[in-house]
Amino acid sequence: MSTPSASLAQPPTAGERWMDLGLRRGAQALAVGVLVLLAAIVVEIGAVAAPAVRERGVDFLTSSTWDTNRDEFGILPHIWGTLYSSLLALLIGGTLGLAVAVFISQRFLPRRLELLLKNVVDLLAAIPSVVYGLWGIFFVIPAIRPFTAFLHEHLGFVPLFDERSPGPNMLASSLVLAIMVLPTMTAVSRDAIATVPRKLREAAFGLGATRWECILGVVLPTAATGVFGALVLAFGRALGETMALAMLLGNRNEFNVSLLAPGNTLAALIANTFPEAQDHERGVLMYAAIVLLSITLVVNMLGTAILVRSSRKAAGARP
Amino acid sequence: MTATEPTSAAAVAEDLVIDLKLDKLWYGKFFAVRDTHVPVTRGTVTAFIGPSGCGKSTALRCLNRMNDLVDGFRFDGSVHFQSRDIYHPTIDPVAVRRYIGMVFQQPNPFATTVFKNVAFGLRLNRFRGDYEERVEHALRRAALWDEVKDKLHSSGLALSGGQQQRLCIARAIATEPEVLLMDEPCSALDPIATRRIEELMTELKERYTIVVVTHNLQQAQRVADMTGFMYVDTTQGGRTGYLVEHRPTAELFADPRAEETRQYIRGEFS
Ligand SMILES: Nc1ncnc2c1ncn2[C@@H]1O[C@H](COP(=O)(O)OP(=O)(O)OP(=O)(O)O)[C@@H](O)[C@H]1O
Ligand SMILES: [Mg+2]
Repeated sequence: MSTPSASLAQPPTAGERWMDLGLRRGAQALAVGVLVLLAAIVVEIGAVAAPAVRERGVDFLTSSTWDTNRDEFGILPHIWGTLYSSLLALLIGGTLGLAVAVFISQRFLPRRLELLLKNVVDLLAAIPSVVYGLWGIFFVIPAIRPFTAFLHEHLGFVPLFDERSPGPNMLASSLVLAIMVLPTMTAVSRDAIATVPRKLREAAFGLGATRWECILGVVLPTAATGVFGALVLAFGRALGETMALAMLLGNRNEFNVSLLAPGNTLAALIANTFPEAQDHERGVLMYAAIVLLSITLVVNMLGTAILVRSSRKAAGARP
Repeated sequence: MTATEPTSAAAVAEDLVIDLKLDKLWYGKFFAVRDTHVPVTRGTVTAFIGPSGCGKSTALRCLNRMNDLVDGFRFDGSVHFQSRDIYHPTIDPVAVRRYIGMVFQQPNPFATTVFKNVAFGLRLNRFRGDYEERVEHALRRAALWDEVKDKLHSSGLALSGGQQQRLCIARAIATEPEVLLMDEPCSALDPIATRRIEELMTELKERYTIVVVTHNLQQAQRVADMTGFMYVDTTQGGRTGYLVEHRPTAELFADPRAEETRQYIRGEFS
């Protein structure tokens, strides 16, 4: 365009356009790369596990025996233990994390203290999980011992408390796991809460809402999608946690609903057994790994699907 | 801030719903407003007019303690509502805001359904009764009912900007507050909806009291019984707003006392 006018507007140069195209192609290539990597992991582990999968089929998922000598393997207790510990951790850590997120973002504290607390919570994520394991062994397990004894003694008829170990147990593991998912939960839900526009909070206050009515009635519902996303991430984190649970859960390959009894998880089973496993057991462990991978993938995909749907709804998509 | 002032003349106090006395008002170090005294009589519409940044919204937000939410806000003076000092330490700002409702400059519906938006205030006040009827009544009065009656249960955010503003008006009047504060409520509305809101103001003032900020001088003339003109004082180096004059609307527009008022209403400022 070379109309002689006073306008300062210029079309983008060829260089700018190339740059734009290059960036777009690069981003696409990286996105495809991530997918290829994921597929490669699934395929490779699947290949090693394939003989075991073919040989053992669904029985492997529903049996509760783990006996190397008799060559009998089943991972029902581990699937159960994985889901049980993660859900408990999510219940405790999710609630606590959301509470902390609200507490450090809704002006309950002076700005500086909010920032300090936020950083302290973020630091929790930097603690290696083996250290969490040690902390669990030397602090959490002894600390809750009188409490678990009390529960077992007085409420032993409830299945949740009918079997007790003074050492490693599900409750202690879930408590430690809850602390481990706390930073994820807090950081992500805090960000979600921070995106709630100020004018919405003003609207609530203008109608005569108290601070709590504003938080419960407006801020959290508006941030619900993000809070849900935080829960999904925290759940994924809990499902895959290995070291702390290998140290704290007691590695007992038995199905048990009691909170006070030991148990095992898929990740802990693999980590504890693999180093000394014989060839045929290795294949079996690969099968277990595939199951763990599937659980995490399904949880994350379901979570993402729900997130996308509800954020579209929240954005006010017209029917 | 004075605690409780002895009510001067009981008869006058009877009709005096709001007595705004801002002597000096700051946002942090910024000296924003000075010398703005406005008594508001029950059953009237009072309008604030004036150039942008002169403190109209600030004055309005003092009436229901919305400025409490701003860090660094403080003022010398007092605000009385039904002869009680609403800034007295024993007064709960939350209670004040339940009796003095507000419509904001920007539409700000909650991210929920149309129905729940309107019902929000009712729920807060633990209203027991026919929610459907109340919600419909409020939406009708806000001139929105016909447009949303088939989508009461879809998102309030899916409405157009002007519809959202009327939704906010419905939300504010659903609880029948004693006083309604409106900060440029029609700036996002078309002339028809604007007219409807103006009719609503006239209708509401029979039972309630309205204070409205507007940039639309015709609107002030159409709806307001009293008009306050605010202006910015730049003589002392700052930009401090103040009330130039506050008089019956017809008088103010027909015969402005101050030179600033005369120029402003004739549109002689750029
Ligand atoms: N939260 C705040 N913090 C600091 N300064 C503020 C704040 N709100 C308003 N001010 C300042 O106070 C002055 C008055 O603002 P106000 O919003 O009351 O003006 P207004 O008359 O309503 O203007 P407009 O017509 O543009 O809405 C302005 O100079 C503004 O910058
Ligand atoms: Mg304003």
